[in-house]
Formats: sequence, C-alpha cells, structure tokens
Amino acid sequence: MEATYNYKVVRQFAIMTVVWGIVGMLVGVIIAAQLIWPDITLQLPWLSFGRLRPLHTNAVIFAFGGCGLFAASLYVVQRTCQTRLISDGLAAFVFWGWQLIILSAAVSFVLGITSGKEYAELEWPIDLMIAVVWIAYAILYFGTIMKRKTSHIYVANWFFGAYIITITLLHVVNNIELPWILGGSTSLFGMFKSYPVYSGVQDAMVQWWYGHNAVGFFLTTAFLGMMYYFIPKQAGRPIFSYRLSIVHFWSLNFIYMWAGPHHLLYSALPDWAQSLGMVFSLMLIAPSWGGMMNGIMTLSGAWHKLRTDPILKFLITSLSFYGMSTFEGPMMSVKTVNALSHFTDWTIGHVHSGAMGWVAMVTIGSMYYLIPRLFGREEMWSTRLINVHFWWSTIGVVLYIASMWIAGVAEGLMWRATNADGTLTYSFAQVVNAIYPFYTIRLVGGVMFFLGMLLMAYNVWKTVAAGKAVNDAAIPQAVHA
Amino acid sequence: MIEGYAVPDFVSDFWNYYVIAITVISILGVMWFLKQQSGQKLAPGEKAALMEHAWDGDLQELNNPLPKWWLYMFWGLIFFSIIYLVLFPGLGKFPGVLNWTSAAQYTDEKTRIDADFNKVMEPFLHEDVMKVAADPTAKEMGNHLFLTYCSQCHGSNAQGDGKNFPNLSDKTWLFGGDPDSIKASISAGHSAEMPANLLGDEKSAKEVANYVLSLGGKPHDAALAEAGKTKFAACAGCHGEDGKGNAAAGFPNLTDDAWQYGGSEAAIVETIMKGRKGGMPAFQDMLGDAKIQLLTAYVWGLGGGQTPAAPAPVAAAPAAAPAAAAEAAQAK
Repeated sequence: MEATYNYKVVRQFAIMTVVWGIVGMLVGVIIAAQLIWPDITLQLPWLSFGRLRPLHTNAVIFAFGGCGLFAASLYVVQRTCQTRLISDGLAAFVFWGWQLIILSAAVSFVLGITSGKEYAELEWPIDLMIAVVWIAYAILYFGTIMKRKTSHIYVANWFFGAYIITITLLHVVNNIELPWILGGSTSLFGMFKSYPVYSGVQDAMVQWWYGHNAVGFFLTTAFLGMMYYFIPKQAGRPIFSYRLSIVHFWSLNFIYMWAGPHHLLYSALPDWAQSLGMVFSLMLIAPSWGGMMNGIMTLSGAWHKLRTDPILKFLITSLSFYGMSTFEGPMMSVKTVNALSHFTDWTIGHVHSGAMGWVAMVTIGSMYYLIPRLFGREEMWSTRLINVHFWWSTIGVVLYIASMWIAGVAEGLMWRATNADGTLTYSFAQVVNAIYPFYTIRLVGGVMFFLGMLLMAYNVWKTVAAGKAVNDAAIPQAVHA
Repeated sequence: MIEGYAVPDFVSDFWNYYVIAITVISILGVMWFLKQQSGQKLAPGEKAALMEHAWDGDLQELNNPLPKWWLYMFWGLIFFSIIYLVLFPGLGKFPGVLNWTSAAQYTDEKTRIDADFNKVMEPFLHEDVMKVAADPTAKEMGNHLFLTYCSQCHGSNAQGDGKNFPNLSDKTWLFGGDPDSIKASISAGHSAEMPANLLGDEKSAKEVANYVLSLGGKPHDAALAEAGKTKFAACAGCHGEDGKGNAAAGFPNLTDDAWQYGGSEAAIVETIMKGRKGGMPAFQDMLGDAKIQLLTAYVWGLGGGQTPAAPAPVAAAPAAAPAAAAEAAQAK
C-alpha cells in the first residue's frame, strides 16, 4: 500500500464533481427561468426563488466546486509529494462526510431553513458538520505534506494549503451563532434556527469579510492551486516563473483579507473601513493578474497546442475569464462605480464570469485530464465532445455575462434617472420590464452551459464504461526532487 | 467623531492608532516585498534558468523575472492607494485632506435635488387640491410620484389587486374620497386589525355574513340572516349596531359597496373566520407636504374624487343642498 497512491477518494470526488455540477447548474437554470416566468414552479413553496437561489449558489460553490477541489487537491498532494495519503479511513470520512453535508444542505434549503447569511446560509448543525469534516481534511492534507518524499513543496500545494487554513478561520468566525433551542424554542423548526453573536454593522462586516474571502480563498486561491498543476501537466511546459509565483502567492493572500468592506460601500459601515476595503481591492488587480500571467505564459513555446487540445482550451480560457473578472471586481469596488452597479444584475454577471468562466471551466478542464487516469486510460472517450463542450460553455458564458452587463448598467442608470422636476423617471416595475429580454438571453446562456455539462456526463460515462477503476496507482520512481 | 454620526467610530483612541499602524505597516510591507523581489534581471538574449526541482516526473519551473509592465502596474496601484488614503478617510480618525464623508455627500445631493423639486412643487402646495388636479404638469408629476411610491401595492393603474389593495380609481371609498380624507389617508396611513373567529364557529360566521349582507340590502339568505342578527353583537363594538362603522376611527362601513377584502358571502366568511391585518403606511415623514399634495390631487383626479361637503347650508343655494347632502351620504 505504501508504494501506491490512493486514487479511490480522488475518483469518488471527481465523479461527484460532474454530478453536483449538473444538479447545481440545473437549479440555476430553473431560477433564471423563474425570473422570466415566476409561476413556472407552480407556486410550490419548496421551489420558490428564495429557497432555490441559496441551493443553487451552495450547490455550485461547495458541492460542484468543493468536490472538484477535494479531487484535485488530494490527487495533486499525493503526486507532487510522491506519497500516499496518510489515512484511507480519514479520506473516506472526508468524502462521505462532505456528501452528507451536501444532502443536508439541499434538504434544509428546500424546507426553508436558513441563517440568512449569503454563502453561509446553512444552519448550525450543518455548520458543525462542516467544521468536523474540514478539520479531518486539513489533517489528511497537511499530514500528507509532512510525510512527503520530495524536499520542496510544489507551488500548487501552497495554494491548497492557504485555502484550507483560511476557510477554517472564515467558516468558524462567521458562524459563531447561538442556537434558538438554548433560548427555549420548542417548535420543530426552532431546533435548527440560530442567531449570530454579532449584531448590526459588525455582523454585516464579519459576514462580508467571510463572503469576500470565500470568493478569495475558496473560489480563487484553491483553483489557482488546480491551475498550477493541470496547466503545466497538460501543456508539458515548465511554469513560467517561480519568482512570480512567490510574489503573487503572498501578495494575493495578504491583500485579499482586506477587501470585504467593498460589499458595504455607502452603508452604515464607517467611511474609513469602506475606504480601506476599496483601496486594497484595487491593489488586488496586480496579484490576481500575476497568477493569470504565470498560467498563460507557461504555454509559451507550446501555443500551437491550443489549436488541437480542447482541455488546454478550457484551462487557458478559464484564466482569461479569471483575468477579466479580477479586473472588473476591483473596478466595481470603486465607490463611484459601485454607486451605479450595486444591487444591479451587473453583480450577478460579475459573479458568473468568475464562477462559470473561471471556476467551472478550470474545473472541467482539470476533470477531463483527471478522470481517464482514474480509470486506467490515457484520455477521455471522445476528444471531439470535449471540443463541443468547450464551445457551448464559452458561448454560454459570453451570452450570460454580456446580457447581465447590459441589464445591470441599464438598471443602474434607470434607477437613478430623474425628471426635471426631481421625480424618478422610471418606477421599479418599469425597470424590471425593461430587463426581460436580457433575462431571456441569460437563460439561453445558462442552458447552453448546462447542456455542456450533460455532454461531459455522457463522455465521462463512456470513459468509465471503457475503463477500469483504479483504486491504488503505483508511485513512479522519482526523477530527482 | 464625525459630524452627523450618532455613534462615534472609535470608543478609545487605541483603535484609531491600531488601524493607522496596521494599514501603514501593511502597505509598506507590500512595497518592501515587491522591491526585494524585483532586483533580478535577464541580460539581452539570456533565457530564464530552469529551477532544479522536479515533481511528479516532469513538473518544473522556469525562473523568469517579474514582467515589467506587471511590476509598474502594481506600483501604480500602490501609489494610487496611498494618495487616496491621504485625500479620503481611511486611516482611523484622520478625515482625509478633502474632508469628505459619505453622510455629507448624501446631504449635499439631497439638498440639491430637494431644491429642484421644491421650485416646481412650491406653487401647488397652497392651491386647492381640485385645482391642482386639473393642472397637466401637476398631473404628470403626480403620476411619477404614484409610480414610485404607491404602485407597489395599488398597481401602476391604481386599480389595486381586487383583494388586498383597494382600487383608487373607482367611486367607492373606504376612508373618504374628498381631498382632505385622501390627504389624511396618505399622511397618516391606516392600520386596521380585525380579530379572527370572534364568533367561534363557521356556522355562526355564515349567519352573520348573511346578516351583514342584509344590512346593505344585498341578496342574502333571510333565514341565516335572522339567525345572525343577535350574533352580530360581537361585531357591533367596532362596526356599530347599524353596521355603518366609524370611518374616522378606521372601522369600515359594512352596509355600502366598498369592500376591501371582497363582499361575497364566501369572502365575508373568510374575513370573519381568519380576521384581517391590513394597513397602509403613513407617508408624512417620508414624503413631506409638497409631494403629498401632488399625490392627493393625482389620486383625487383618477376618477373617483368627491367634492367636499358644503361647509354649511347657504341660503342662496337651496337647490344645491339636497345634492350635497346626497353626496355626503355617499361619502364613505
């Protein structure tokens, strides 16, 4: 056993990445449709927008993205440390624990159980489950790093390590809450209700410190770790710059921590905190682009591969979307821009250029690299289908974010438009009415992205059917380390 | 403490210095780190060296220097941030050279827009509502205001939703359709709470519902109404023995055609069984006199507005008196 890698847990997470991707994106398609046809779910309370929306965000971030990260990090840490995970039992615990968390989340959201904090909607029993599973994951991951056979720690592991530590901190601090049963609730649903220990603007600040760093560390740092392994592997080229990776790693982690207040511009948050959030968000462009450059420049000398290799297309396109949204984000944190963009669909567009363009595409590319290897094959059943998936996804993302840009800017301008006498030119309902065509385009984009995932599922199915699951893979002889 | 804030940002000066120190040290730290890492250069034509380590077979790293344009961009962003923190509040209690605050920006913008507003609205404020209603400019402004503040409940055509939110464009009024009553409704709002199931069972509710219908002379089941007559005592406390309510106190008249929650037997039974918790917010503090004046005129002019009852019977107009009296009787 010592001379093999644990591929079983990687395989389980990789397959569930595809499954949860389909589920999460389907829910996204449903709520996008609800915004056009509000009665499409027959007014069933369990399927109302307010319940499905957190189900969608949590499913794509923590179920789809989370499983992708578990698969990638547990694969990469073994391969680059040349050693098996420290414990198979712990690995199985992390996998089954995470699946249980996802199912509990889905059920509780549909029942309307929520703490009401964005991206931290799960109630206290599930929060406790996450804490336990996450710490098991940290032990598994760092334990494996500690018994590595290589002298240096590969750069991808720095990013995974930073993500695991930071998410622990963020999750615990933002979810310090008092269960209502301590206050004597006797109702059935009161069992699950809790209230944060923070109140007012402090609660808002803690929430967005968490919220923005969930973006920063879950959706950025961790996926950069993915990028740092799968791009050089797929391109067969060395990383562009070791030095750049050091500089952007430390500056990214350090500067991200400050950026949360940009979610609370022009609010009750004191002006000084708003300003600090804004300037550190602006500085964040540089470290973000450092990561993008290091990934894209890794391809220098192998640009021709982009023409024929759809996996590389996924990975490199994801970096382009990463670069675009990490420029857009800082711009939206400028107070004058935010005064226009806040509360509009522009924010939704921005999030999706990150979530679909960056996170989903880098994950999809990595899974296309990973899945055949976990089933003893060189490559996926059909490369052509990967190519079709790539184009559907790309066109889907572009339709999505372009329509939301237009809708968002239109909303911002229409909300603030006044007549000469000082009255508002448009009522809220008139603005909503003007946005319908763009909601429709967004739905088309989302459906295309979703159908791409179905193609992936079919391709994965055929690959699995033609291959044989590898539970333990032999550790190759080290070249030099 | 910043002017206009109810609570000071800092309870002790320690936090002020803490914020300043941690911010300044952080920015200086980033600058030092960047400077320290940007010394390496490649000679013309020189290729970046390959680092000696390799992982997982073929994973290697070149050691290219930091791209120049990227470094310049990073420095530029840092200097922008420093300048921003000198000009604007950010370093603890230091208000920034420009003395800008978000609270002052809000006040300035609001003052400017209110001034524009008042210039146009002022002339209408002291005019008679019915005259304002006839003015096309006032009507247009009233429409804009209505769409902004009222349409969420009453609908953009002011016809309500047929159930919970009253139609403002017809001739039936729950709280009066003359200018003063409309203005009072907008300024002070209405809150109405009818308790659920005072009669105890659905059979009694049905009987009383028929009695209520009989009070207004509407089609009803006479036997049920007769049975409900005594049970109506539970309702009379608010709606009066005769069911005519008390508009001033917010208790609806049950004998007219104005029903907020529907006048069918089934709707009345539902109201009795489940109770109602209705309400319209008071807008006086939010909108002020001038906007309320315009809205009153707009709503009055939607088609159902009623002329106020004549102040006192004037001898010179005996023919008008019966008409006014009839109208007053209709005012609900």
